[in-house]
Amino acid sequence: MLRYLPLAAMLFASSAFAQEEVALKPGPDLDAVTTSCATCHTLNYIRMNSSFLTLDAWKAEVSKMREAYGAPIDDQTAAAITRYLSANYAAPPKS
Amino acid sequence: MKRRDMLAGLGGSVVAARAAHAADQSVWLSPQLPEGTRDVIRLETLPGKQPLIRLADRPPNYEAPISAFRTPVTPNEQFFVRYHLASIPAIDALGTWSLTVGGEAAERQITLRLEELQSGFEQVEVAAVCQCSGNRRGLSSPHVAGVEWGYGAMGCATWRGPRLRDVLAKVGAKADAIEVWFDGADGPVLATTPDFHKSLPIHKAMADEVIIATTMNGGKLPHLNGYPARVVVPGWTATYWMKHVTSIQVSRKPLDSFWMQKAYRVPAGMFAVDRPFPTQDNATTWPITDIVVNSLVADPIDGTRQPVDGFTVQGVAWDRGHGIRQVEVSLDGGETWKPADLGKDLGPFAFRAFTLRTGKLAPGKYAIASRATNNAGETQAAKLKFNPAGYHNNVPQQVAVTAA
Repeated sequence: MLRYLPLAAMLFASSAFAQEEVALKPGPDLDAVTTSCATCHTLNYIRMNSSFLTLDAWKAEVSKMREAYGAPIDDQTAAAITRYLSANYAAPPKS
Repeated sequence: MKRRDMLAGLGGSVVAARAAHAADQSVWLSPQLPEGTRDVIRLETLPGKQPLIRLADRPPNYEAPISAFRTPVTPNEQFFVRYHLASIPAIDALGTWSLTVGGEAAERQITLRLEELQSGFEQVEVAAVCQCSGNRRGLSSPHVAGVEWGYGAMGCATWRGPRLRDVLAKVGAKADAIEVWFDGADGPVLATTPDFHKSLPIHKAMADEVIIATTMNGGKLPHLNGYPARVVVPGWTATYWMKHVTSIQVSRKPLDSFWMQKAYRVPAGMFAVDRPFPTQDNATTWPITDIVVNSLVADPIDGTRQPVDGFTVQGVAWDRGHGIRQVEVSLDGGETWKPADLGKDLGPFAFRAFTLRTGKLAPGKYAIASRATNNAGETQAAKLKFNPAGYHNNVPQQVAVTAA
């Protein structure tokens, strides 16, 4: 129902309640994460699911957002998001 | 009512969620929660609510603190809030709400306004637990992805409204109807995201206990608990309790929706089920349906100091509608158990309060746990039945206190 609205208007219209500004860890590819993920949900979903998901599990989450939830994210952006999440919010590699 | 019309008023009705001063109000969080979850949690007060534990503000996901379960009826102001999708009509926009009932396996279609739901049908009351399928997901070991709920994504209320089957009788369900499909006024941010649609098998939809609630504990439904009307499916997890329900369709086909066929699934046969849902089963998974037998110690709180003269262990127990036969309490981490006293029976789908007075205690550490058994003879699992979505965790919770 909101497909014709520009992004900024859509975000405003869809939030009935005030939102906390979430600061994720600084790092390469952070822009790809904030632009893509925050369209539909708080960035706290990322922090909440840390630090136990592995690189592969984060990759699966990004795929789920694209395939199941219809997030308009291209391959290049998806790779950038996965790089950022695995570098900043993933489980430490098993020794 | 078209969704476009409902959303039109949203821009002017942004309501600030008032952040509680976390330092002023302590809230207990399970040490089993993921580290990142413990970092994001805040106590926050939504409009019309008391402070709840915020997991997320968009979409809103808030659970009740454990202290809310010291009574078998959960106040509306402490009732948990859970949304998948962030486009939620403002309460003003719901003033023009109506409900369409019909479908391919119905003789006719009707549209009902709130007053018609409340005056055109027999009004029935049911006390029932509304529990998120993912309640306690954050305690799963190993952790699984999702909203990392602790113990409070549940509540018990007295719901009132017409029986779903009486409303369906007005449209005439045909003999070949197999499911009833539901949609609510909330929806996705992006048109490409699957809207939240759910279905019930026809036999559950027609069950005596299933109603369309227009009041909750004698008051209006709070905005974020489904105002003005929600489906109440006693015994089944909250995923079927469609909030702001706008459409009820009788169908001769299984609902083909992400929210039925991909999400809310459990391994086939892992958990006890009274009413199967064969039109949504596949070879390896079933839809989550019946709530498992469970209990919660609401007092004392983990990590507190208690008097050696003794104290009262109290909490609630519940199941999918068989009713609670017994609750036992252990003070030694499950080595030995004593039967607790059960409170008033509010009905088979409601919380059943329990209390146990410890008597005098030697100074030292005590590991409290509770364990419920239902009238079908089922008891809480001693060991987690791990499943990929972290559902149905009914392992007795551990509450460590020091008597001094």
